[in-house]
Amino acid sequence: MSGGADSIVQFDNVGLRYGTDREVLSDISFTLYPGSFYFLTGASGAGKTSMLRLLYLAQRPTRGAIRMFGHDLITQPRKALPEFRRRIGTVFQDFRLVPHLSAFDNVALPLRITGMRESEIAKPVNDMLEWVGLDHRAHARPATLSGGEQQRVAIARAVIARPEILVADEPTGNVDPEMAVKLLRLFEALNSLGTTVVVATHDVHLLRKVPDSLIMRLDKGKLSDPTGALRYPPKRENIGREARV
Amino acid sequence: MMAARSPMRRTALGGSASRMLPQARIAGPMPWVIAIMIALTVMAASAGLALNNVATNARAEISGGITVQVVEGAPASRERQVERALSFFAQRDDVASMRRVPDEELAALVEPWLGEVANETEAVPTPALIDVRLSGPLTAERLREMRSELVRMVPAARLDAQAGWLAPVFDAIRSLQYLAMGLIALLALTSVAAVWLAARSALGSNRDTIEVIHHLGGTDGQIARIFQRSIGIDAALGGVAGLALGLGAIFVLGQQFADLGSGLVGGGTLGLRDWLVIGFVPLFGVILAMLTARLTVISALRRML
Ligand SMILES: Nc1ncnc2c1ncn2[C@@H]1O[C@H](COP(=O)(O)OP(=O)(O)OP(=O)(O)O)[C@@H](O)[C@H]1O
Ligand SMILES: [Mg+2]
Repeated sequence: MSGGADSIVQFDNVGLRYGTDREVLSDISFTLYPGSFYFLTGASGAGKTSMLRLLYLAQRPTRGAIRMFGHDLITQPRKALPEFRRRIGTVFQDFRLVPHLSAFDNVALPLRITGMRESEIAKPVNDMLEWVGLDHRAHARPATLSGGEQQRVAIARAVIARPEILVADEPTGNVDPEMAVKLLRLFEALNSLGTTVVVATHDVHLLRKVPDSLIMRLDKGKLSDPTGALRYPPKRENIGREARV
Repeated sequence: MMAARSPMRRTALGGSASRMLPQARIAGPMPWVIAIMIALTVMAASAGLALNNVATNARAEISGGITVQVVEGAPASRERQVERALSFFAQRDDVASMRRVPDEELAALVEPWLGEVANETEAVPTPALIDVRLSGPLTAERLREMRSELVRMVPAARLDAQAGWLAPVFDAIRSLQYLAMGLIALLALTSVAAVWLAARSALGSNRDTIEVIHHLGGTDGQIARIFQRSIGIDAALGGVAGLALGLGAIFVLGQQFADLGSGLVGGGTLGLRDWLVIGFVPLFGVILAMLTARLTVISALRRML
């Protein structure tokens, strides 16, 4: 696969198996371009989370090659990976909020990890909490938040440090349609600032809400490209068709 | 809306560590267990060190010491022989000092065994005693040579090295020292286990947090430092409490031994070096706890990509 120097992520014949089971991902090849907005769809169990885990560096593939930010990830030593992770924002399917930290401190976590000074942290974190409509819950522990509220904290934490890639696994699974659209607007705003966005979802209605988005589809661990989204330049005119399937 | 991306810095996470892990603490009875183990180790260590000092001091005091007894029933002859013995030692240039033990002192010494009789009459003849201190250590052949020379001039003289008398006492002290060392080893081992378990269980309940910080781009060293710090603080609290407890016990014991007023026990006073060793006990506990935290976190992280 070609994948020019301007790609931000490139998968080449990637396969993944857990333990000795059959491969949950096979022959995955695609290229992501900076500043694009991608949806990853597929039935439950198709391998969406598995593919995102490769993207947010929680997992190494069992075969194939992955390039990211111009580096071959497979040959990167383990100690080089934190720097990559700091350039990736992740919304986990199960949120992964730190239970004993307040919403505020959870959102502040990525900034603290990069060593930002405390005096610089409060404003962006509060702004972000306001954006996701949780400014009044800033001091609440995750356990006292509703599922949707927890999801919004997780999203705020993923985007707070302005990552170059945002990887979101079912980020709107627990919120009402209105909030889902609002969160998509947040992703779009981030996208317009240059972040490459990858959102996994099986909610086809969502796809229509982002007109400029490109669609990848996983089917039993194989990637199909019904809309030509993964070609370069992608066939944008085909995008709407997938959404109507 | 969003914070500018800050360049990657390998900071120690300074004061924000507590805002990442307020509960990565040693919980439950563990700080107390650590405190008690530290206290016991402090006590055993100070007992061992004090015994060591007792033995060293006593040995130094008597190593150059000789006791001459003049065993002669007739007072006049005894006094003559004592004079001769004194002049014999006075002539030698390897004698640092000598002193005839006055009869009253002798009487006081034997009184507990013989009662007042020794004072009243000559019924029980007590030998005359001379304490001689040599400059330089006393070797066996020097003793033998000195003894034969002295006996030629003073037939009633009996010459003994003071160390020889106290050999059984030294043996007893030595076995006590071994006992203390064994105790310290056992206590230290148990302390190590207590600290190790405490640090591990504190980390076990924070595995998810470790994973999240790891996924958000925290480095192994960064994550380890956060845990090391909070566990180190807990271990330090336990260690200080234990040290205070141990020192309290040492102080009370020390007072009671001082009241005994025995010269032997007085030689057991702890010196600066000993206090440093004792102070190192809780410090060692803290270092160990932090090391455990570090190794445990790093090994948990190594299992993640
Ligand atoms: N840690 C794991 N060990 C073994 N098998 C796994 C593991 N994680 C996922 N799988 C399997 O891999 C396949 C793909 O799972 P994955 O979570 O990627 O699907 P998904 O598309 O995200 O599904 P959903 O929409 O339900 O979240 C499933 O068959 C699942 O059982
Ligand atoms: Mg999933």
